[in-house]
Amino acid sequence: MSVTQYAYYPGCSGMGSSIEYDISTRALCKSLGVELLDIPDWNCCGSTPAHASDHLLSASLVARNLAIAESMDVAGIITPCPSCLKNLKTTSLRMQRKAFHDKVESIVERPVRADLPIKSVLQTVLEHCEPEAIASHVSRPLKGLKVVPYYGCIMNRPPDVMTFDDPENPTSLDRLMTALGAEVLPFPHKVDCCGASLGLVRRDLVTTLSGRILDTAAALGAHAIVAACPMCQMNLDMRQSQINRANHTRHHMPVFYYTQLAGLALGQSESCLCMDKLCVNPADTLRLVDCPAAEERTR
Amino acid sequence: MNIGVFVCHCGSNIAGTVDTEQVAQAARSFPEVAFATDTMYACSEPGQAGIIDAIREYGLDGVVVASCTPRMHEATFRKTIGRAGLNTYLFEMANIREHVSWIGKDKEANTNKAIDLVQIAVEKLRRNTALFSSEFEINKRVMVIGGGVAGIQAALDCADGGLEVVLVERESTIGGKMAKLDKTFPTVDCSSCILGPRMVDIAQHPNITLHAMAEVESVDGFVGNFDVKVRKKATYVDWEACTGCGQCMEKCPSRKAEDRFNEHVGTTTAINIPFPQAIPKKAVIDPGACIMLTKGKCGACAKLCPTQAIRFEQEDTVVQEQVGAIIAATGYDLFDFTLYGEYGGGRYPDVVTSMQYERMLSASGPTGGHLVRPSDGKEPKDIVFIQCVGSRDHSVNRPYCSGFCCMYTAKQTILTKDHIPDSQSYVFYMDIRSPGKLYDEFTRRAMEEYGAKYIRGRVSTIQPRNGRYVVKGADTLMGSPVEIEADLVVLAVGAEASRGAGALAEKLRISYDGYGFFMEGHPKLKPVETNTAGVYLAGSCQGPKDIPSSVAQGSAAASKVQALFSRDKLASDPQVSSVALQRCVGCAKCASTCPFGAIEMTEFRGMPKASVVETVCQGCGVCAVTCPQGAIQLQHFTDNQILAEVNALCPY
Repeated sequence: MSVTQYAYYPGCSGMGSSIEYDISTRALCKSLGVELLDIPDWNCCGSTPAHASDHLLSASLVARNLAIAESMDVAGIITPCPSCLKNLKTTSLRMQRKAFHDKVESIVERPVRADLPIKSVLQTVLEHCEPEAIASHVSRPLKGLKVVPYYGCIMNRPPDVMTFDDPENPTSLDRLMTALGAEVLPFPHKVDCCGASLGLVRRDLVTTLSGRILDTAAALGAHAIVAACPMCQMNLDMRQSQINRANHTRHHMPVFYYTQLAGLALGQSESCLCMDKLCVNPADTLRLVDCPAAEERTR
Repeated sequence: MNIGVFVCHCGSNIAGTVDTEQVAQAARSFPEVAFATDTMYACSEPGQAGIIDAIREYGLDGVVVASCTPRMHEATFRKTIGRAGLNTYLFEMANIREHVSWIGKDKEANTNKAIDLVQIAVEKLRRNTALFSSEFEINKRVMVIGGGVAGIQAALDCADGGLEVVLVERESTIGGKMAKLDKTFPTVDCSSCILGPRMVDIAQHPNITLHAMAEVESVDGFVGNFDVKVRKKATYVDWEACTGCGQCMEKCPSRKAEDRFNEHVGTTTAINIPFPQAIPKKAVIDPGACIMLTKGKCGACAKLCPTQAIRFEQEDTVVQEQVGAIIAATGYDLFDFTLYGEYGGGRYPDVVTSMQYERMLSASGPTGGHLVRPSDGKEPKDIVFIQCVGSRDHSVNRPYCSGFCCMYTAKQTILTKDHIPDSQSYVFYMDIRSPGKLYDEFTRRAMEEYGAKYIRGRVSTIQPRNGRYVVKGADTLMGSPVEIEADLVVLAVGAEASRGAGALAEKLRISYDGYGFFMEGHPKLKPVETNTAGVYLAGSCQGPKDIPSSVAQGSAAASKVQALFSRDKLASDPQVSSVALQRCVGCAKCASTCPFGAIEMTEFRGMPKASVVETVCQGCGVCAVTCPQGAIQLQHFTDNQILAEVNALCPY
């Protein structure tokens, strides 16, 4: 595998609530030959509050990061967070319009080309290595692990901005997990909304929406949910006990980042992958990987 | 030449943004213009009378009318000056409406452009010569392409009027989409009961020749004298011998052939008669599914056939048909709903198309008229209908309304209640479009008497849950999200141009729109004509249509053919190419480029020379630009005329 350099935009959550996503992403990229160069002095993309109040504000926050990345010798910008990704891509697209472009440049007071390719880490990994090639690196196959892939609502949408995978029935995570040896169950809620940041102001919506995702995953017999978005992961994992209380359910469903499971399969240690950062303890589930028969015994 | 110029106001259409009086005044200074005036409506009766009076009073021998497009009124004005005794080709039109007044608001610029266009027309007219039409015989046979209800109506109307009809059908039976329907709206009468007798009439009519399993391969010739090659596809059954008894189907061991007639609800036998009322009722072998044709052994049907009609060695044949007119009635196809990921993209067995549902409703259909879920054969209780699947949606390049889906969905909810009285139908709709006679009353009946619940909004996703399907959508009247658990989801798939419509249009030399629907001659006034003389349209090939409209168009197209054939001879357009013999070097380049085969190579005093067959030439001008010697010229579009027009525009 050749080494390609990318400007890496970790996103704010990668510094805190999803530090395990950031750490496992760096580990996965390293083992697959994708070299990450942190964008120096990067700033917040503005997330939902910025683009919900002013497109120019959102674009200006993003454009500063684009400008810094453009001064680096890289093949593109990549980020693990779909929300950051959406802001980066939307801004890059909007800046194709000259009037908007000029306005943003005058705000950030530096030239912004907005021409670097911007991708998710998931897309980069799969474009860099075919799932079959990744399979050849697997030292600890996830055999016996039944997972449902959960992409979240914006990893692939809106389709003309994200231009990656099928917007209604994406399969990139499915292919990756299958290559790692896991059994991927057909999941109808792949791109459903988890409730996102409404967890703060309308928790009832999150307990309903995320609750359904957990219900279906459990009904299908999944051992774990595989997520690709810090917001989704937080709602499903950290709020799982809230959801259980609100819905009178007793789910114990670990919610991994796909990078954590990939790292596991590629032989990285559980502590390096920060498995202990997950709120729902994955220990029982992880034991299945070592010893598929364990499931039978626990019954 | 004494030229008269008439500048039309067209009410305010032209006069609103063009100073017509100033145009007329400018025209008076052009060479050989003896008279110029502006006129309110040149095409009206007083307008035409004014032209005729001016011709007589000022001794005009050529006329320019500056008004609308020649497509609109060139023929009108040619007749006018003909009535005044002039040769009808000593006439030119300047289009100052579509090309000037309708496209700009700057009156001064418009007026200047109109003056330029009039000057061009005058310069061209000065070099016009009198032309005379010749006449040619008409072959009074008509070909109808497509044996759906529109084609059947057209064929029967022509045949009843005494014309010989050749009906070409791509499938092994006529009947088209209507034959697949169980009932029809708004009367809920049995589709095959009303169509069946018409199909039998086709088979029995002495004036109709039916080519089923056949497609038009090429079309040569022109109005009155078309020469059509029809490819009759191999059926592997001798249709002269086949009696349609169906014994072969009972014993055929290959039961995996695709069942196109039943819209792929299940499969069928490799040797097959699509349905009991098929016309012609003849068996056809699907070569992809037949064990004998794929693996070389079996022959069960051949052993069983009481008339020894099976012919495994049969090949396609091509027949030639000479006809004077062609009616295209090729219908439509259904939108491929798998493009919609939100409806499962074809992954869910109990998400079916409306036509598949129709086949399930039909007593002669694959389920014997029982509504069942394809996944487990159980009777559905909650059925969700989703409208506008592939209609009114820019995201799938189908911005148009298919027109009939609102009505057939209402019908299907009524039939569902009749089949399963304790069922509940839900309809997600965008708007209800029911502008036909008794149509809106019908949709109201579906809601009020049959209890179908109509929800105004789109569906965002269909998700399987516990063997059923959760249909999530929006109720835009209530402003709230809705979720309905359904046993079966029926997608009201829209209409799109028939597969291969574009290729056929090119063979027929007619135009088609961006979606593949054939273009009518005029959107209001020539609904069944095309811009190619002698080629007519009927039914959904021109745009989605329901049965009554398709039948009306079938009859309309037939009456157009009858009118064309009411004459024994047709006048040819004399604006065709002609060869200057002294210049022609006999290189034959024109003959090889002519798209109509209108140029023959002849001998003149031992030298090869090109010669134009005037009745075949369509006046396209390809030969004129090909000829290295400038020997072949399109009359009324000669090099000298075009140069004169350019010089008038660019005098310096």
